[in-house]
Amino acid sequence: MNTIRLLKDKIVRNSSALLLFLSLSVVVFMGLGLVYKSWPLLESESLFRLLTEKIWSPMKGYFGFLPFIAGTLAVTTVALIIAVPLCILTAVYLTEYASKGLRNSILPLINVLAALPPVLYGVWGVLFVVPMIKEYIAPIFGVETSGYSVLAAGIVLAVMIFPIMISIIVEVLQTIPDELKAASLSLGATKWETIQHIILAKAKPGIIAATVLAISRAFGETIAVLMVCGNIPKIPTSIFDAGYPIPALIANNFGEMMSIPLYESALMFSALLLFAIIFLFNFIARIILNRLENKYNG
Amino acid sequence: MASVKVRLWKERIAKGFMLLSGFLVTGSLFFIVGTILYKGLPYLSWEMVSQLPKGGFYIGKEGGILNAILGSLYLASAATILATIIGIPISIFLTVYLKQGSFLSRLSKLIYDILYGIPSIVYGAIGFSIMVYFGIRASLLGGIITITLLTIPIVVRTVDELLKTVPADLRHVTQSLGATRWEVAKVLLLFIKPGVFTAILLAFGRAIGDVAGVLLTSGFSDNLPKYIDEPAATLPLAIFFQLSSPIPEVQGRAYASALVLTIIILIIVLCTQYLAAKQKKHKM
Repeated sequence: MNTIRLLKDKIVRNSSALLLFLSLSVVVFMGLGLVYKSWPLLESESLFRLLTEKIWSPMKGYFGFLPFIAGTLAVTTVALIIAVPLCILTAVYLTEYASKGLRNSILPLINVLAALPPVLYGVWGVLFVVPMIKEYIAPIFGVETSGYSVLAAGIVLAVMIFPIMISIIVEVLQTIPDELKAASLSLGATKWETIQHIILAKAKPGIIAATVLAISRAFGETIAVLMVCGNIPKIPTSIFDAGYPIPALIANNFGEMMSIPLYESALMFSALLLFAIIFLFNFIARIILNRLENKYNG
Repeated sequence: MASVKVRLWKERIAKGFMLLSGFLVTGSLFFIVGTILYKGLPYLSWEMVSQLPKGGFYIGKEGGILNAILGSLYLASAATILATIIGIPISIFLTVYLKQGSFLSRLSKLIYDILYGIPSIVYGAIGFSIMVYFGIRASLLGGIITITLLTIPIVVRTVDELLKTVPADLRHVTQSLGATRWEVAKVLLLFIKPGVFTAILLAFGRAIGDVAGVLLTSGFSDNLPKYIDEPAATLPLAIFFQLSSPIPEVQGRAYASALVLTIIILIIVLCTQYLAAKQKKHKM
């Protein structure tokens, strides 16, 4: 009887250890596979040139990634400018001002926002954001645009990163000890002054981590952005120009690149770029957040 | 220092801005769902959800999106089941078999967090090149593999968070009665049962809504896949393709398909919330 129980224990232990090992090796495998696949391109051109060259014309053998890097940076920047202040203010309101009942009814709604699939954000972007930019926003600035623009992608992305930013910032704000707030309030500071000088100062690393996670989410978002950003491989010069972020490049061109040498390698290289940047960003953000958690729990 | 009046005014203005942003953020949810409901409802019909696309469907003729609905359900169910079978033992191993706070468990959790953040287009690109390497064509199988890899981190991390909420006493009592670690794990799993279903539903929701991963791996087909190596349509992709059509009829169907997907997701979310509430009661 006991031997059987111990045997079962051992079987579970070994098989789950194996599963862990296999699934962790996925990361290594992904990284190596991407490097291996993009090697032909890296051999034929220097990394520096690939990243700074402006012309993208696979048929002629020009692989300049600068327009896509610029597109990615542009949509992400617009998204952050919209989302960061809104998320910080909302999170502060939810933790410092809102009643428990209100907080407990708003946070689940934000979780619903997180559960909506990207394609629905894309549909919303096409149905609402794009026409709004074309009809109302661009004319204010005297610009003519189809609406499929960096701004449209930025707005859609901003809404998409709301949930991740708010939930992390709320968690971080909740770890700030009440004594600190009480001390500041008892010295005669108003609640807003306490928030500005004590709470936000204390929460800064957490807010930075949340922003970094949001950036990496925005970098990798594919379909919603692809549907509204216009997809023209040129460096955007204004927010009303079309952009062409890296994930959209991969999604639009996969499957049809087999006949052109180096094309597949170029697309794999862009996947590698995404993987490397997002890996790094997530790593940094998680380290900061884990530190914070340990500080208050241990 | 500014006068008290000015300081209080600042307080009011700040509070006003906070209310406004809270309103914008929560409002965006209703706005998105509302837009889709408003545009999709007129086009939604029983025919849409109960029939396969017929000849000329993509130029606005008869048929429905049953192929995409079922394709998505097949794919997401299979991937979620696989991810659960793989993910739950891993989180048990991390909490029950490894020492608390050991290097391996901390490293693994960090890696799963990072994997969770890797965008699905990267998974898709890798899945695609694996398939090319082995000569598998775009198929249900390819999609399932990619989506499983995508959802494992969700299952592992959610179940792990749940296991953290189990009181340490329960574990110690079980162990001191002479239970093996596997028996301890069974007790713990029983304790977090509603929560585990939440994790599974979260994974399912992510799986059914993903586009970038399946775009490159599972292909698209107007027929229902009979075998696992045939291409299969998925709902998000059907929305994407129909929306890019210039024909108003087809675009309308895209809105209706988006509405179908929204309804599926909202049902999943409701179940998740219900189970999460149940888990909370369980804790008391």
